[in-house]
Amino acid sequence: MSNIPILHEEHLPGGGLWSCILRRRVSLRITDIEGGANVGLMVYNAHCPSDRLNLPDTLKAQYTARLTRGHVLMSDMGRAMLSITADECGWHDPLGGHGDARLVEQKYGKRNYQTAGNQWFRNARDNFLIELGKHGLGEKDLVANLNLFSRLSVDPEGRLVFCPGNSQPGASVELRAEIHVLVVLNTCQHPLDPSQEYDPKPVKLALLDTPPAAPDDLCRKLRGENERAFALSELYFAGA
Amino acid sequence: MSTLVYTESPFDAKDAVYDLVLPAGDGWMHEIRKGQHFRIVDIDGNQAADTLFYNANDFRDRYCAQRTIREQAAIYLTTGSRLMSSRGSLLMTIVADTCGRHDTLGGACAAESNQVRYSLDKRWMHSCRDTFLLQVLRWGRGASKADITHNINFFMNVPVTPEGGLSFEDGVSAGGRYVEMRAEMDVVALISNCPQLNNPCNAYNPTPVRLLIWNHV
Repeated sequence: MSNIPILHEEHLPGGGLWSCILRRRVSLRITDIEGGANVGLMVYNAHCPSDRLNLPDTLKAQYTARLTRGHVLMSDMGRAMLSITADECGWHDPLGGHGDARLVEQKYGKRNYQTAGNQWFRNARDNFLIELGKHGLGEKDLVANLNLFSRLSVDPEGRLVFCPGNSQPGASVELRAEIHVLVVLNTCQHPLDPSQEYDPKPVKLALLDTPPAAPDDLCRKLRGENERAFALSELYFAGA
Repeated sequence: MSTLVYTESPFDAKDAVYDLVLPAGDGWMHEIRKGQHFRIVDIDGNQAADTLFYNANDFRDRYCAQRTIREQAAIYLTTGSRLMSSRGSLLMTIVADTCGRHDTLGGACAAESNQVRYSLDKRWMHSCRDTFLLQVLRWGRGASKADITHNINFFMNVPVTPEGGLSFEDGVSAGGRYVEMRAEMDVVALISNCPQLNNPCNAYNPTPVRLLIWNHV
């Protein structure tokens, strides 16, 4: 990884919000600095944002309810958007979604900006909406999101349980853009995190100038479904 | 396989104020008023009724699969499940269910996802999301593709394993099984009666569903 040119690095505090256009073939590396971070993530086609991360399509194409290295985040138009090319965590949650102001108040109480300044309690839904608004998007564009670094287990009855300690200090995940994408993320706690304390963790963000997916790329070759999603992404650029 | 609980409804079809048979491959978009009961009947068995709900007064407030499973801390839908909106409103409550389990993780089939899942040459085949799209565009009032979000698959069985695997199992439904909901606010329901011919979820034989509405008395 050390030979790959770093285009940009940034520290994002817990409870923070961020968005960025990733050119095709740029990778976003996210590092859980302290362990126990959660990154709520949404992805849009930068040229046509109604083409967006579709988690049901992503999961059923790859027969999985967790995401890790080798998996591809797919859009509702069947395109490979982001490939998970490296993962030191091993399990990212596609089920839990994001909390809102009401959930944060129920769990942690109220702490507003007037009294607490930057120590105020922020929530994932509002953070998503703020960043979406900056790109001309809105509430209708906020759909099911991924939670990086978090894990829910599902028992045989279908019950969901949050698994603490899923991500260790320093663990990172790398997401390589397969089309030009808008990435919108925030570092609010997972909505099913049972912790009684408002204690969202910081992450480090890095943009890497990575080479395109080779013909034998792990994410491309994981399954026939992934190869076809890559083919649809490449078709998207065929006449561009 | 988890325990399936069956709950019957006291309502009789002859008292329904609305009664329609929706063929496979067709769409349906219809208002259901607060307090009305809405039943979907799997007439021949193992059909998937891909379903979305919206706050009738504001489509930005719409069915949210992640919130629904999060608030009940369980992934399957059955009697007692509260179908929640993106803003946290209660849209519908499932009050009767003779199937026992319904999916809300698998989403709807689409021309493009069929290309990914089966073959690049499947794009021309009919799909739920093409049906959804035509329904919302016909509905008008500014509705568009962005209103089509992650749906419920009534009568479908999509188990998740403790290891995080996802599978599509044989249905737990059968001919005549139904699910019934009470509208907790004025909603608009959007249904695609799934035309899928590429996977065995409906035994490669899409069949009609029956839609009934009662005024609560």
